[in-house]
This record gives sequence, structure tokens and C-alpha cells, in this order.
Amino acid sequence: MPDMTYRDALNLALKEELRHDPSVVIWGEDVALYEGSFKVTRGLLAEFGEERVKDTPISENTIVGVAVGAAMGGLRPIAELMTVNFALLAMDQIVNHMAKVSSMFGGQTHLPMVIRAPGGGGSQLAAQHSQSLESYFMHCPGLYVAVPATPADAKGLLKSSIRDNNPVMFLEHELLYNSKGEVSDDPEFLVPLGKAQVKREGTDVTIVAYSRMTILALQAAAELEKEGISCEVVDLRTLSPLDTETFVASVKKTGRAVVVEECWHTAGLGGHIASLIYEGCFDLLQSPVQRVSGLDVPMPYSRKIEKLCIPQPESIVAAVRETMSGKY
Amino acid sequence: MEAKLRAILPDAELLKMYEQMVLSREFEESCAEQYTKGHITGFLHLYSGQEAVAVGATAALHRDDFILSAYREHAQAIVRGAEPKRVMAELFGKATGICKGKGGSMHLFDPSLSFMGGYAIVGGQFPIACGLAFAAKYRKEGRIAACFFGDGAVNQGTFHESLNWARLWELPVLFICENNSYGIGTSVARASALPDIHRRTCGYDIPSERVYGMDVVAVYEAVKRAAEWVREHNRPYLIEAITYRFRGHSMADPGKYRSLAEVELWKSRDPIPGFAKRLVEEGIATEAQLEGIRQQAQVTVAEAVAFAEESPWPEDGEVWEDIYV
Ligand SMILES: Cc1ncc(C[n+]2csc(CCOP(=O)(O)OP(=O)(O)O)c2C)c(N)n1
Ligand SMILES: [Mg+2]
Repeated sequence: MPDMTYRDALNLALKEELRHDPSVVIWGEDVALYEGSFKVTRGLLAEFGEERVKDTPISENTIVGVAVGAAMGGLRPIAELMTVNFALLAMDQIVNHMAKVSSMFGGQTHLPMVIRAPGGGGSQLAAQHSQSLESYFMHCPGLYVAVPATPADAKGLLKSSIRDNNPVMFLEHELLYNSKGEVSDDPEFLVPLGKAQVKREGTDVTIVAYSRMTILALQAAAELEKEGISCEVVDLRTLSPLDTETFVASVKKTGRAVVVEECWHTAGLGGHIASLIYEGCFDLLQSPVQRVSGLDVPMPYSRKIEKLCIPQPESIVAAVRETMSGKY
Repeated sequence: MEAKLRAILPDAELLKMYEQMVLSREFEESCAEQYTKGHITGFLHLYSGQEAVAVGATAALHRDDFILSAYREHAQAIVRGAEPKRVMAELFGKATGICKGKGGSMHLFDPSLSFMGGYAIVGGQFPIACGLAFAAKYRKEGRIAACFFGDGAVNQGTFHESLNWARLWELPVLFICENNSYGIGTSVARASALPDIHRRTCGYDIPSERVYGMDVVAVYEAVKRAAEWVREHNRPYLIEAITYRFRGHSMADPGKYRSLAEVELWKSRDPIPGFAKRLVEEGIATEAQLEGIRQQAQVTVAEAVAFAEESPWPEDGEVWEDIYV
């Protein structure tokens, strides 16, 4: 299996699916001629042409809404939002339309569509360009939410999302685009939606994470191993559907849990996951569930203090130590 | 001098338009009664007064052209072919409703009729209409998307984003504004910097026109021309139909913002008796025939109410169905 970047893995997934199915079309701001602001759509216009790879005006709500209509009309649109921050301008079409039409119309239509959106913090882009909004989408029934951490999952989940008949919010992490890993070049390689993966086995504590937080959790686990603490890392891979079974089974085994989320702590998805752990195995827990979250502040620019606002491997290490010492 | 009706359409088509307007009116007036009785709940926006727009426009479209609308859409769905009894059952919240009772009055939908939905977020349907038109063009289906909306919706961002988009991508969308002078209680003059709504397309190089929306044949002719132009050129067009709703914005609206004189003036322009008079004058129908049509419509609506009353409620398990496939 070749090594490739997360960016190239996504690019390959798009190319394979455009080749695989003529009803797949892709549009967004600067995706065609400019080849994407993160270059995920490099080479697509050249290979597939203006009919299928389309630049759009800077009209986020309509970028999503046109995809809703096109999906209703029999296509499999993939719409790119330049970053997830701009999804806020499209929340009407995402939440009021994309998430609703299937059930509101009694199951008479469904939406095979994907919204791709890069996001996350850590690049000193300040308050308006550094957000992690995954909890917003996870909160809303009617959407699927994919959050790949590795190049292989990026490829396999994107392909599954494109082939799925439900609308998917596909959230890519900007700091992962250059990360490398083995990726299958099999055009039928798929990663199912709704299946978490144990990325590292361990016996003392379970770290539940997603997207870039999985990578940090693995770094923390390697660090903790030196102290003799054995961490199991569960990568959620999709937040919706949520694979509760896999992380609850892991916590049943280890008896301890740390949940890592890049989004804000207050009403963040980590609270929901913690509650599912309590519901699923309260009597087997040896200490309270710990949460490591983004700080509840608008992201500052300066890299010295930006770091304080995003979970770091050290903060995960500290939380694990806490859970190891804490007792009910 | 108005052109003779027969020069425009065959007798059967003219009578069908009359029948559809009457059925729409009877249906809406019956809805009001069922709302008062508590059988219909939630928001209920009635179409009485605006029938000539839905009927004239739908008659001018191809049967497989997409239709989208807002939340005042019972008549549009029925005129397109939705069974009145299944629409009424939807309003009653029954399992036999057109959307299994999950959509209600504001969210009628039937893809087998290319009726692609009622949307209750003002302006929500514009981008979706563009997407359907794109899909139709991409798949070379030869159909267009007709997108109905109110005068209030033209001040939404999606209106402007979608006009720009439809022109830029050369999409076959026919925008049909039903200008009934009010968005709830705010008149066009109090909401639009340029109250001539059809002129608002000039910034997007989209041709447009205004038509008198109380005249079903005028609407038919304008939409016919426009729809063929859209189909032929694969480009958007906008029609502004001047109309009026006889009732409040919804059943909850006592309508204090408009004068009785204004309402009475518009009621004197009621599209149904006006059309009936022409049909009789031009020898297309007799008074007795038209009365027969009205009675038949009342029977249809009474049957629809009975069907809705007798229909079962949705099963509890339905709450989890249809959200994902
Ligand atoms: C985004 C949004 N804002 C506000 C409302 C509340 N609202 C419902 S109908 C309406 C007026 C719309 O008027 P118009 O487009 O002229 O349609 P009409 O009711 O006259 O048919 C408003 C403000 C809404 N449903 N959606
Ligand atoms: Mg209005």
C-alpha cells in the first residue's frame, strides 16, 4: 500500500468516485480552476471538465441548497465549503433543509450528498477561522457527520459518504492535510459510516477521540506507556452515526475513560459521550470520566496563547493521570 | 379588447381551469372550517383569492416540470394532481396524508407529480429549485423548475444568491412571485426599496415581467411564453403576478393592517366569478354547467374531509422512520 497524505487520499477518493459514477458532481468556491483553497480538488477540472467540477459564487447557503435540490433531482453532489466557519452562513440549508426533507416529506425523497468542510484550530487564524463546529452538526438529527483522523480513513470514509444515500457533513482537519499514512489504492476500499476503530489497544484507560484529537491521543498514549500506563485509543471516525457499542465495550474492559474533543467544552460532544459511558457501564467505572476540550473562548490569534485553547498531548496525558489516580 | 378565450385554449382546458380554481377555493374554505373545529392544527395559510396564479401557471407548465413553493401551497399541490383527500388527511395529521402526516399544511410533497415541496423557511426553496434545474439540465431531461414565492421572500439573501447563480450557470428556472402586497402584516412598500419586484432582476440580467394575477388566462399566457423561453434558452426568467389573499396571513391573523375598503376592492376582482362570467358570455359554458362544477367540487371536498376524519393516526413507531434511508 502506498504512503500518501490525507490531502492526496481525499483527492484520490474524489477522483475514483467521479470516475465510478457519472452522477457525482462537485462544486464550491475556488474548487475548479484554482483547485481548492487546500488543493484537495487538484486535477479534477482537468480530468472531469466544467460540467462536473464547478466554481461557485461566494454564496454558502446556496452552495448547500443547490446540492439539496440536485440530490433530490437524482445526482450525487459533493459541495465544498471553503472552511467549516462559513457553514454558519449555510446553517439554514444544512439544518432546515438538508437535515429535514427526508422525514418532513414522509420519506419520499432522500439526499445522496456530501458537504466537505475543512476546519479546526491551530494555525493562528484567530477567532473567525479556527472553529470546531462538529457538535453543532452532531446535535442535528437527519445528518451524518464524518471526522477522519488518518489518510486511510479520509479516503475510505469519503468514498462511503459519496455512495451513501443520506446527507453527510464531512469534516476535514486543516492540520491533517499533510499528515501521511498507508492508503489502499483499491477503488473499492471503503470505510463504513458508523464504525469506530480501536486505533491502539490497551488495558488501563480508554481515550475516546476523533479527527486530529485521535492523533494527539495516540501521542499521549505513547508517552504514557513509558510510565507503564496502557491506553486504548478509540477513534470514533463518525460522530453520527455514533458507534456507542465500541467505546462502551472498551471502557468496560479498561474501567476508565478520557474523552477528547477539540470543540468548546460547554455543551460539547464530550459531555454526551461521557453520559453514554455512564449509562453503558457506570458500575464498572473505577473513576469519573475525564473530558479534555477546547477552552470556552473565542480563539485568540497569538500562537503563545492559542495553544492554551486547543487540547494538547500534554493535556491528554494529564487527564489520563488524573483518571488513574481518581477513585469513586 | 381582450382576446376571446377560445382563441387561447380549447373549451375543455378552459373548463378544467375553472374547475381547478373552484376546487381550490372550496378546499381552502373547508380547511378554515376544519381549523375552527380543531381538526386542523398548527399554522394554516390559505390561498383564497390567489387561485388564478397556481391554476394558470400550472396549466402552462409541462406535466413533469418541477414545482416548488412556500407554505401557502395546498392549491398548487392539488392543481398539479395531488388527491384532495390525501392533502386533507395530511392537514389532519393522519397516516394516509401525502407525507404520512409528518409535513402538515406547509410541507406537501409528491415526487411522482414532480411537486417538490412546500417550504416554510421564507426563501428556502430558491436554491433547491436551482439544484433541481441543474440536475434536469445535467441529465438532459428537458424539464424546468417553476419556483413560486411571495413578495416577502425577495428580500432574503437566497433570492439574490439564486438569481445570480441561475443566470451564471444558465439554469432553467422560472421564478414566479405571487405579489399579494403583504408579508404577514408588512406591505411591499414597507419592505422593498424597489417595490416593482419584477425589476429587481436587472442586476442579474434576467428578463422579467409583471402580469395581472387575478386573470387566470393572462397568467396562463405569460407563464406559457416564459416557460417555453426558459426551456429553449436554458436560462432563468421571472414573472411577478399581482394578486391578493382574501383571508389573513394565517388563521391566527385578524388582518388589522389593511382597510376593509382595500379588501372589498380586491374581492370585487375575485378571479373565479370574473372567469365564470367570461365563460358564459363567450358561450363556453352555461350557468347551470358552472353550478354543477361548483357542486361537484363541494362533494370532492366533503369526501376529502370524511376520508381525513376516518383515517388512522400515525403509529408511534413512525417517529423514528424516514429520517435516514
Ligand atoms: C426565514 C423566515 N423568516 C420569517 C418567517 C416568518 N414568516 C412566515 S410567512 C412570512 C411572510 C412571507 O410573506 P410572503 O413571502 O409575501 O408570502 P405570503 O405569506 O404573502 O404568501 C414571514 C415573515 C419565516 N417563516 N421564515
Ligand atoms: Mg405576500
